[in-house]
Amino acid sequence: MSAILQGAGAGAAAALSPFNSIDSNKLVAHSRSSLSVRSKRYIVAGSDEGTNKSFGSSSLIARRSQPLMIPNAVAATKADTASSSTPSKSGHELLLFEALQEGLEEEMDRDPHVCVMGEDVGHYGGSYKVTKGLADKFGDLRVLDTPICENAFTGMGIGAAMTGLRPVIEGMNMGFLLLAFNQISNNCGMLHYTSGGQFTIPVVIRGPGGVGRQLGAEHSQRLESYFQSIPGIQMVACSTPYNAKGLMKAAIRSENPVILFEHVLLYNLKESIPDEEYICNLEEAEMVRPGEHITILTYSRMRYHAMQAAKTLVNKGYDPEVIDIRSLKPFDLHTIGNSVKKTHRVLIVEECMRTGGIGASLTAAINENFHDYLDAPVMCLSSQDVPTPYAGTLEEWTVVQPAQIVTAVEQLCQ
Amino acid sequence: MATAFAPTKLTATLPLHGSQENRLVLPIRLAPHSSFLGSTRSLTLHSSRRLNHAHATRRSPPVVGVQEVVKEKKSINSLLITKEEGLVLYEDMILGRSFEDMCAQMYYRGKMFGFVHLYNGQEAVSTGFIKLLTKSDSVVSTYRDHVHALSKGVSARAVMSELFGKVTGCCRGQGGSMHMFSKEHNMLGGFAFIGEGIPVATGAAFSSKYRRDVLKQDCEDVTVAFFGDGTCNNGQFYECLNMAALWKLPIIFVVENNLWAIGMSHLRATSDPEIWKKGPAFGMPGVHVDGMDVLKVREVAKEAVTRARRGEGPTLVECETYRFRGHSLADPDELRDAAEKAKYAARDPIAALKKYLIENKLVKEAELKSIEKKIDELVEEAVEFADASPQPGRSQLLENVFADPKGFGIGPDGRYRCEDPKFTEGTAQV
Repeated sequence: MSAILQGAGAGAAAALSPFNSIDSNKLVAHSRSSLSVRSKRYIVAGSDEGTNKSFGSSSLIARRSQPLMIPNAVAATKADTASSSTPSKSGHELLLFEALQEGLEEEMDRDPHVCVMGEDVGHYGGSYKVTKGLADKFGDLRVLDTPICENAFTGMGIGAAMTGLRPVIEGMNMGFLLLAFNQISNNCGMLHYTSGGQFTIPVVIRGPGGVGRQLGAEHSQRLESYFQSIPGIQMVACSTPYNAKGLMKAAIRSENPVILFEHVLLYNLKESIPDEEYICNLEEAEMVRPGEHITILTYSRMRYHAMQAAKTLVNKGYDPEVIDIRSLKPFDLHTIGNSVKKTHRVLIVEECMRTGGIGASLTAAINENFHDYLDAPVMCLSSQDVPTPYAGTLEEWTVVQPAQIVTAVEQLCQ
Repeated sequence: MATAFAPTKLTATLPLHGSQENRLVLPIRLAPHSSFLGSTRSLTLHSSRRLNHAHATRRSPPVVGVQEVVKEKKSINSLLITKEEGLVLYEDMILGRSFEDMCAQMYYRGKMFGFVHLYNGQEAVSTGFIKLLTKSDSVVSTYRDHVHALSKGVSARAVMSELFGKVTGCCRGQGGSMHMFSKEHNMLGGFAFIGEGIPVATGAAFSSKYRRDVLKQDCEDVTVAFFGDGTCNNGQFYECLNMAALWKLPIIFVVENNLWAIGMSHLRATSDPEIWKKGPAFGMPGVHVDGMDVLKVREVAKEAVTRARRGEGPTLVECETYRFRGHSLADPDELRDAAEKAKYAARDPIAALKKYLIENKLVKEAELKSIEKKIDELVEEAVEFADASPQPGRSQLLENVFADPKGFGIGPDGRYRCEDPKFTEGTAQV
């Protein structure tokens, strides 16, 4: 069970709802008061992914009974199966793409400057239905169907952001944003700096990426590895309906340009999320399954492969800690570091290619910062450095499978 | 507004003429003296090229050769500008010219570095357009942006300091010659890669339209995007022409066709060198104007800006102009014909305006001289100011990377990196 909280001001943990057991040793409160600019109170709930199913799993929800402002406490329990879950008192079930839509719609209701632009976002409702119904509600200018010109409409979104709007730019597939690299690198990432801080670019660039089901090489790209060096942008990857909605809202509210990576295969994940408003912290990682023996760092779809492997590993007597890093740039070195200091072994499981991926950067960061705490070299499981083949068997072999994760853990824990 | 764009409206033919009374609908006729001189060949103009009125009403919006407009106006004895306007235009062009000349001096004295692109010779375009704009209108430029910034109202001090890399520069010394930004004056840059500013300009125009149609604010702001002939072979240009015309964005695309993209002649790079023709292909008027004559540019600009403010959409204006210096201060400028340079030097826009003002008895020579002196002093003062300004300290290194510095993330100790005192000193590792 994990709860990720966002709040302003220091405070102790509030009383928790009964079906939540909190190990107070694991409660870490940090003072972030100097930085938080939000005076609004949030009720924040966490979600847990503890089953071995990739899709359709229901999750355990922790609810705080009072809306207290708790600074970024990470509470963790040992429970890792959903079978003992008690249904939450309120909350509604939805699919991940609906969660994204809900987050987007709430932000568009809240601030009339938030608008959407992209191909087929309007009348078509979005190629993955994330913007379904929004054009009917908000009009064709607020949910803008663009022609097929990624570079120009991304730049247009940036120009609009510079002049006061808050566009959410959709790449129909993240791979298409390769065409917008000029704008993303030069204007999105760097313009705030080259203008001496005069212009802010509060855009959100989002879309589905990752390896799907035989979509072919060009539709199966992982652009997070290409964008990670661009200074001035933040990158987050959502993996559950809960964090999808929370990250979408946080990204829209952020003054920084944020790239939100969704995954083609995760849009139909079902989960129950709180009715109350919440947002997730853009810079924080998510504790998925606490453990003692080894830290598994992962994100997006590989989270589910890691959790599937975790089930096998538990049966074999291992106790893996699984962390969904969520924030691809910057890395949450605090959560990661605490974990490394506890387990002394790190396995990174990612979908990026071996060369130059997020895993490669994360390996370097961990070696630099936590070298003394490691009992074994950091191992990184990534996709093969090949264009993703169309054939199903070949495609399966390019990405990391749960069996490989199990083998790697066994190897590291010898 | 439930639907701003009903599907049927999108497929209807565009209303081409706006209010008929003010439209300058003339057959296109490029007068002989505006033939392009290239070092490889001359462009011969076909005298039979006239725009059929019938064609104009069919699909392509009317295109205008402005020489005729000006001649007609002059012939009925009315002047194009008042004395006050004339002085404003003259001062702005003198400022542009003196500033750029000073830049060259300072560069060779080692006060500024890198790529510096000077605007000498093209002042009529900047002055002709920007002096018609309000403070809240936006301007987007390229790397040849010093004079656009000055015309828009950014102080000479701020621009010179930026070039010297000092904290008092308009971008705190972080941008440099190719990135002149000013939020106060709505100068949206300053871009190093050609073409990358055009979508930004399109976005600023989109904002105007959004404010008017969605937020229901009173917004008549227009955006003027300046770029060169080389850019007109770049995809971003065409993508933005399409979107701007499609949504009738309040933007004016101004091509400063100086015939050369570093060492590449426009004629060697472009299948059809007449850039104004590309406007009608996208459903907007395309206008060709003599960019060495500030009054002609101004007349076209008035029309284009009014069109945009009225919500009638974009205009593509091709200004035939010339840069007297090389592409940048590092360019030896060996490829251009001496004859070509001489031809355009004889059409110096400042000399032309001076002649007009004096011949039409709008001003006296002494008044112009005093403007020149005033500008000289202003530019000198700007240099002194820039010289005396401090260079950025180490603490500035990590500032302005993010609007919200939480973007640097959480460090191993649990605090946000930007809370680390070393961060503000600029010595933190992020």
